[in-house]
Amino acid sequence: MKFRFAHESIEINAGLLIGLTLLVISIGGLVEIVPLFYIDETIEEVEGVRPYTPLEQAGRDIYVREGCYTCHSQMIRPFRDELLRYGHYSLAAESQYDHPFQWGSKRTGPDLARVGEKYSNEWHVQHLEAPRSVVPESIMPNYPWLSETALNTSDIEGKLRALKMVGVPYSDTDEEYQANVERFGEEAAKMLDIHSAEKNLIAQAQAGNYDGDRSNLTEMDAMVAYLQLLGTLVDFSKYDEGYFAEFR
Amino acid sequence: MSDNNTQQQGKAVQTTGHAWDGDLQEFNNPLPRWWIWTFYATIIFSLGYWIIYPTWPYANTFTKGVGNTITFQNSAGEEVTTHWNTRSLLIEDMQTGEEALKQKAYLEKVNAASYEEILSDPDMMAFANSMAKVVFADNCAACHGPGGDLPEQAFGLYPNVADDAWLWGGTTTEIEQTITHGRNGFMPAFGKSLNDEKLEQLANYVLGLSGHSVETDKAAAGQKIFQGQEGGCYYCHGTDGTGLKSQGAANLTDAVWTVANVPGAVKEEGKVAAVKSVIKNGITRQMPQWKSRLGVEQIKLLTLYVHELGGGE
Ligand code: HEC
Ligand code: HEC
Ligand code: HEC
Repeated sequence: MKFRFAHESIEINAGLLIGLTLLVISIGGLVEIVPLFYIDETIEEVEGVRPYTPLEQAGRDIYVREGCYTCHSQMIRPFRDELLRYGHYSLAAESQYDHPFQWGSKRTGPDLARVGEKYSNEWHVQHLEAPRSVVPESIMPNYPWLSETALNTSDIEGKLRALKMVGVPYSDTDEEYQANVERFGEEAAKMLDIHSAEKNLIAQAQAGNYDGDRSNLTEMDAMVAYLQLLGTLVDFSKYDEGYFAEFR
Repeated sequence: MSDNNTQQQGKAVQTTGHAWDGDLQEFNNPLPRWWIWTFYATIIFSLGYWIIYPTWPYANTFTKGVGNTITFQNSAGEEVTTHWNTRSLLIEDMQTGEEALKQKAYLEKVNAASYEEILSDPDMMAFANSMAKVVFADNCAACHGPGGDLPEQAFGLYPNVADDAWLWGGTTTEIEQTITHGRNGFMPAFGKSLNDEKLEQLANYVLGLSGHSVETDKAAAGQKIFQGQEGGCYYCHGTDGTGLKSQGAANLTDAVWTVANVPGAVKEEGKVAAVKSVIKNGITRQMPQWKSRLGVEQIKLLTLYVHELGGGE
């Protein structure tokens, strides 16, 4: 019998069609994704990037909960116009502790990858509560409840533990703590200690006074602390531009 | 394949073998030739692409592409050649791209010239205004409003930079300082040290300074507090109330209000209340620093832009 490729037998068999489609798509995915885990150049070697402090992590969780990513990306592409508008393009290293990352490609609002330290805390509070009071033509929703809702701090230890399981170096044991001191410096290492997570969270909110009201700890404190950190960890003046190109 | 055939325009055409409503059949035509050839062409294209561009991972690295390099200068001025990648492409674009070079030529001129020279050169000012407008929109408008004049709701939170009243000074040097290093506008709250009556008296005095009609006896009492140790207002605002630029202390004798919402109040009581509340609660406002975000040229352009927006000094 002459061999003829019977596409008809795939087309009329829904189960087989689904199975083979999945196979073909996953080959594409695997070929593109898997090598990134072992290619040396994937994550740039830069100083300064550390995991989020408990307060920043709490803010990040609220960012995800509120769906800010539906309008805001956190990924500055290496194009001249992006550079002029937002600053240095994002490095893979800068989101290495993000689970899940917030890169995105949908920009109803501006990219937020380098919004940290751009505005004052007061502006962020005002803008999140009522965007149109500072930017009249804004279409961003109001988030007034952030200032009114007390921040839940009781589950922060568990959150850090979960992140540790997927590879973020929060420290549980003394050894891990010492390793963090070496890697991130003592000040940062203290913040990454799981056992004092709740205490650290409260202390940072008190010291930073992000929502302008020290008397209570709200979700706004955490959100603003997170926003003010975005894109500020790497000091780009220390590097020659050509250096980052070596990682591509 | 099914062996069902039917006649169409004199030729035998294969069908799927189903028939609906008696004679409704579905053709099983082969894909058009042009489609097949385009498909093969994309495969051949990808073979070329694999060779020329970085593509295939192997060991702990990847193929870098053959004969496809980018050359640029690093910060030490040495020529660097790398395989094709978007980061090198950006550096090259910034160094040799047509648009970037046009802009660079102007930026170099701006860098070399003094503020006076630029202000008196219409060509350079046209460039400064067009570029600074965009930089202002991206970085400053969120607080100061798109044209430097504020939305009404933001009154008191941020100063208007399109008027000719300056907290920190309106010369190019002063504006450049403001933008480069940021400013912290601070006035202490007097709500604890002064009682309501005294705040009322002060407010009357302050409003009188700018020619509002006020209750003269209250204003006279307010003057004593303002000029004496009790209030110590003169320390920052000056004995004549015209303010102190080194402190960013507002001029209280002009018609321009930056924190107290006097313009928004219709009646006299409202004006007094607005001023009173400022004295009672104090002020903390922060203008962020921009030296770590913007280049010196950009700050220079912004300085010129803001200088021209408001009546620069
Ligand atoms: C419906 C889309 C939308 C959503 C959802 C949204 N934003 Fe926005 N955002 C915008 C738009 C549009 C702007 C630009 C206008 C403005 O500044 O308000 C903006 C601006 C901003 C800016 C200022 C950026 C800059 O550089 O000027 C910040 C910060 C911000 N958003 C944070 C958030 C956070 C945090 C959330 C979630 C709580 C959020 N946004 C949700 C649309 C959105
Ligand atoms: C987070 C909000 C914010 C942003 C963004 C911002 N400013 Fe300001 N700016 C302020 C505040 C608040 C003050 C008043 C400080 C004070 O109270 O003394 C100020 C003051 C100024 C002044 C001094 C005005 C005077 O009367 O002396 C100038 C000039 C100025 N800003 C220019 C800029 C420029 C240019 C940018 C963009 C690069 C910018 N600002 C971005 C908040 C901001
Ligand atoms: C430590 C210095 C300092 C002292 C003392 C001080 N002020 Fe001020 N005052 C300022 C500054 C700075 C501003 C402008 C704040 C800003 O723009 O952010 C200001 C603004 C004001 C304003 C608002 C002006 C406007 O345009 O809206 C009023 C009213 C005022 N002061 C009244 C007083 C009175 C009355 C006293 C004495 C009880 C006083 N100040 C003492 C520094 C001071």
